[in-house]
Amino acid sequence: MSDIAIRAEKLSKRYRIGALSQRHDTLRDQLMDWGTQVASRLSRRSNNGAGTEAMNEVWALKDVSFDVQQGQVLGVIGRNGAGKSTLLKVLSRITDPTEGTVTIRGRVGSLLEVGTGFHPELTGRENIYLNGAILGMKRVEIERKFDEIVAFSEVEQFIDTPVKRFSSGMYLRLAFAVAAHLEPEILVVDEVLAVGDAEFQRKCLGKMGDVAQQGRTVMFVSHNMSAILRLTQETIVLDKGMLVLRAPSNEAVDFYLSAGHAKAGERFWDLDEVPVSAAPFHPIALRLRDCHGQVVDTIRSTEPCTIEMEYSLSAPLTGLRVGIYLNTMRGEAVFTSFDTDDPALFERHTSRQAGHYISKCNVPADTLNQGRYSLGVNASSYRIRRYFEDEQALDFNVDVVGAPGIQWSEPRQGVVRPRLEWKIEAAS
Amino acid sequence: MNKPKIQHNLAVKNEPSMLVIRPARGWTALKLRDLWIYRELIFFLTWRDIKVRYKQAVLGVAWAILQPLLTMIIFSIIMGYLLKVPTDNGVPYPVFSFVALLPWQLFAGALQRAGTSLVGNSNLITKVYFPRLVIPFSAVAAGLIDFALAFLVLLGLMFYYHLHLTLNVLWLPLLMLLALLTALAVGLWLSALNVQYRDVQHMIPFIVQAWFYASPVVYSANIIPSAKWQLVYALNPMAGVIQGFRWALLGTKAPDASLAVSTVVVLALLVSGLYFFKRMERTFADIV
Repeated sequence: MSDIAIRAEKLSKRYRIGALSQRHDTLRDQLMDWGTQVASRLSRRSNNGAGTEAMNEVWALKDVSFDVQQGQVLGVIGRNGAGKSTLLKVLSRITDPTEGTVTIRGRVGSLLEVGTGFHPELTGRENIYLNGAILGMKRVEIERKFDEIVAFSEVEQFIDTPVKRFSSGMYLRLAFAVAAHLEPEILVVDEVLAVGDAEFQRKCLGKMGDVAQQGRTVMFVSHNMSAILRLTQETIVLDKGMLVLRAPSNEAVDFYLSAGHAKAGERFWDLDEVPVSAAPFHPIALRLRDCHGQVVDTIRSTEPCTIEMEYSLSAPLTGLRVGIYLNTMRGEAVFTSFDTDDPALFERHTSRQAGHYISKCNVPADTLNQGRYSLGVNASSYRIRRYFEDEQALDFNVDVVGAPGIQWSEPRQGVVRPRLEWKIEAAS
Repeated sequence: MNKPKIQHNLAVKNEPSMLVIRPARGWTALKLRDLWIYRELIFFLTWRDIKVRYKQAVLGVAWAILQPLLTMIIFSIIMGYLLKVPTDNGVPYPVFSFVALLPWQLFAGALQRAGTSLVGNSNLITKVYFPRLVIPFSAVAAGLIDFALAFLVLLGLMFYYHLHLTLNVLWLPLLMLLALLTALAVGLWLSALNVQYRDVQHMIPFIVQAWFYASPVVYSANIIPSAKWQLVYALNPMAGVIQGFRWALLGTKAPDASLAVSTVVVLALLVSGLYFFKRMERTFADIV
């Protein structure tokens, strides 16, 4: 037991959906709610009481048990809503479990986002101190590491400028620099690497690798499978709040990627898979069709294909955009596109009536390279609300028969395989 | 147990701390020692509040002086000059009201900040662990700099009116503490309630305004008729604090028994507020 850093036993966390979707933001709501409760109790419909109770709660975690050895780097993967973030929140003491216990040996530092508590009006220097203190660093510790943090962030010359004048890249670099110099015995990290450009991500991964090398205990949540494979030896897979597998990372990643939620190029959403908070947006299906209109799970690189999203609206929505993310299976983004990207279309569909819709787009021929890809869905109103998101809704393959350069059997690097027009001229 | 792998971390104690996370039920221990452990965070959050308040304001920190000064001038014109409100011992009205404004603004600012502090820091609450009590504590402390600056103005004012400080000044820190604890006690209740019921933040300005009229800022506490009513009046801790300030600085009547009543009220509010806060604390991150 003495070399176990984290031991979770039958950990469960229940959220009341009622409390989330129809929160009692005002006293009046609460009073009215009490009123209806009393009224329904008086009317004595005893047998449907239990039913509504169960409908209104969801177990974000259910009976999750695991150990993490001291010095181990444990990966955590799972689809959206599988309970990864809730697990990290419980481990970092942000929220209490509903049932079960966790025993932790050592000081825990948690990074659920970078730049927590950054204040836009304060300078880079001031934010380093503030953010460091919020993350649990002592003042002397921050002073000692200050130069190192600044050097790592590469924003030396702006260090006395308010961070509201920083570019988003600079902001992220500074925020990550502080986080990267946190030195607890146990580090709990959530997806912080999912931000920033490729260069920045590489740097973060390098730093995470160093952390792992130093023998600290790390729990690392990510959608980025290559980062999981690179940084962890062992990984747990969560699904609907339950721990479904703990295995060496390559096995866990394989299991996760092949856990077939995508059947033959089509993905349907069951009612219980869609959070109540998505209303009035109700996703129905996401489909991939080849150039003949057939629903397929493998497309040819040399032929165009169609991606269609079917959904219904139970109330009119303004500013809605429905879009897709295309990612590689390793979690690298290829592109993002929305149905109202075209200003003219946005103008015409600014408000959509309640009803049944299909938003579809054509992906031109000669776009993707060989491999397996994943489609995600997002329905949101820009800067207002995100109704629904499923980052990995449908997986499909791309076959490159007939693609440029296919006469050479070597695999081509890169995610795109465009047909480029080459000219060969004799130079004078 | 030896831990050679982590030798670069100076802040870590020799033996790893054991922590057991389990569902909390019912009333829990206050764990006030946590506040001491997290004192640096309290300091940094307070420092942030102070720093940010006057950033991008042309007059900057001068507002800390202008606010009570302008308020005092308005009171002096309306209450002192036009309405001729009597003061204690014939103290000039400007000093009379300014002496009361100092603890009042310390209190009112602290109460307003503390009451909305949890919701204002929801981004921290949902992303990082620390004892949540840190937030209202730091909100309350953030008014001290303003107080210190305004106090300098008071000294100038007293010099102008040829009033002299006595050793009674030494009681001021205790009186300030009482004012801050009052703000903290009520702030704990309001901030925890505000997490769930946003009505509270609309109520706060009204509470502050009503409390202002219930405190002897613009008038003298001597207008309260009998000794019996004086004790009822003392249920408002700020009445005791303000009378105390006038006594310590201007040598008016000492607050006597009313201060004792005030202290008891504050302690009762504070202890109940702490327990209430602790009880609500565990759901903050889920519902804020």
